Amino acid sequence: MRLRVDPILCDGYGQCAELLPEAIMLDEWGYPILAPRPIDRELEPAARRAVSMCPRLALSLEKAA
Amino acid sequence: MSALALARRPDPDHRLLSAHDHGPLPGIRRRELFAEIEASGLTGRGGAAFPTAVKLAAVARASDPVVVANGTEGEPASWKDKVLLAENPNLVVDGAVIAARIVGASRVIVAVGRGNRTVLRRVERAIAARSDRVDVHVETVPSRFVAGEESALVHSLEGGPAKPTLKKPYERGILVQNVETLANVGLVARYGADWFRERGTADEPGTALVTVLGAVRSPGVVEVELGTPVRDVIQRVGGLAELPQALLVGGYFGTWMHAHDVLDLPLANASLRPLGADLGARTIVVLPQGACGLGESVRVVRYLAGETAGQCGPCVFGLPAMAEALEALDVGRLRRLAPQVSGRGACAHPTGATRFVASAVEVFADEIRRHRERRCRGGGHPPVLPLGASTEWR
Repeated sequence: MRLRVDPILCDGYGQCAELLPEAIMLDEWGYPILAPRPIDRELEPAARRAVSMCPRLALSLEKAA
Repeated sequence: MSALALARRPDPDHRLLSAHDHGPLPGIRRRELFAEIEASGLTGRGGAAFPTAVKLAAVARASDPVVVANGTEGEPASWKDKVLLAENPNLVVDGAVIAARIVGASRVIVAVGRGNRTVLRRVERAIAARSDRVDVHVETVPSRFVAGEESALVHSLEGGPAKPTLKKPYERGILVQNVETLANVGLVARYGADWFRERGTADEPGTALVTVLGAVRSPGVVEVELGTPVRDVIQRVGGLAELPQALLVGGYFGTWMHAHDVLDLPLANASLRPLGADLGARTIVVLPQGACGLGESVRVVRYLAGETAGQCGPCVFGLPAMAEALEALDVGRLRRLAPQVSGRGACAHPTGATRFVASAVEVFADEIRRHRERRCRGGGHPPVLPLGASTEWR
């Protein structure tokens, strides 16, 4: 699975980076920069939590291409 | 193909801008038309150079597709699409109608920027005098830099603001093609792929409309064979008017290059890409020795920052930060900003701006050093790069 952020929806709340620091860091304005690799299986539950907690519903978890 | 053999062919060097009478469209079936476009190797003339046949095939699978001829040309340093639409609107509409036949569309929209009344009038007059089997009409969109990006254009045509969306138009049955691309479709449909390939290179066939501005004798738009040496392209606009310092190739998402690196290069992606540049918006601006490349670049980055659609954080905050850092001569800060901005928007705006800034820092390194010593070689030179006037988003 791979994380994706919709940059139009994202308002930089930054909760995703708090919930999933292993795969998401924030830029200097607070917008998420995603790790370029797929999400490890053991991180998937945390990733799903980050997706569902996004106040803008800007984060999604998709099948890696 | 007999219909192709019968048509009187235009001068292959002046195919897009000449007053050649092309006569009525040939009655060729869509399968043959598509095969001819595919064989021609035609690529998009709007900036991305995407293979036209691939886009046509993708949209042909949709139900009830629409064709949009993109003549918005929001890039202030580019005039080629406006000149083409004003000089030869019928060739553009021909290509759009052919594209509609290939993808099975019943509707063609010619989109032009609101700012240009001459273009609008000529296109409207041309359409009124035609009798096409598909519905063809003109729509105007806000004259803004980002408004020509294909998803922003469609968003605007559908009544929204002229701002990009994440979903690309071809994914939902809307074929957006640059007007020069469509004019070439109109030519290939009539004269065939082999005729089309009589000019250009094997990998980049055909001609290109190029806007040449700055320190040249007669700034304007010329049609050149792809692969023509940059020096010869400049000769076509009367030659250099002053000693050149650097050339901006590809517009404001493009690349500054030292004059001595680029003048003898063939104007083609194959020769530009190894140097980190490409044809982009097909414009060349010649910066004279007496101008300040740093000051010119700051003006453009400020302009691009003002032209953000305001939707994606890294673009909204990153572009003003880059403009400020460039003005502050803070190269280290620019280096830290680049990965936080490039590739992080819904459209190419932040990516293009980052690329422009990176090339400015490289090519004007001496100028930056002089500015640190409070010396500038361009003091008092009038501005070289044109900036557009912004309008509303709707």
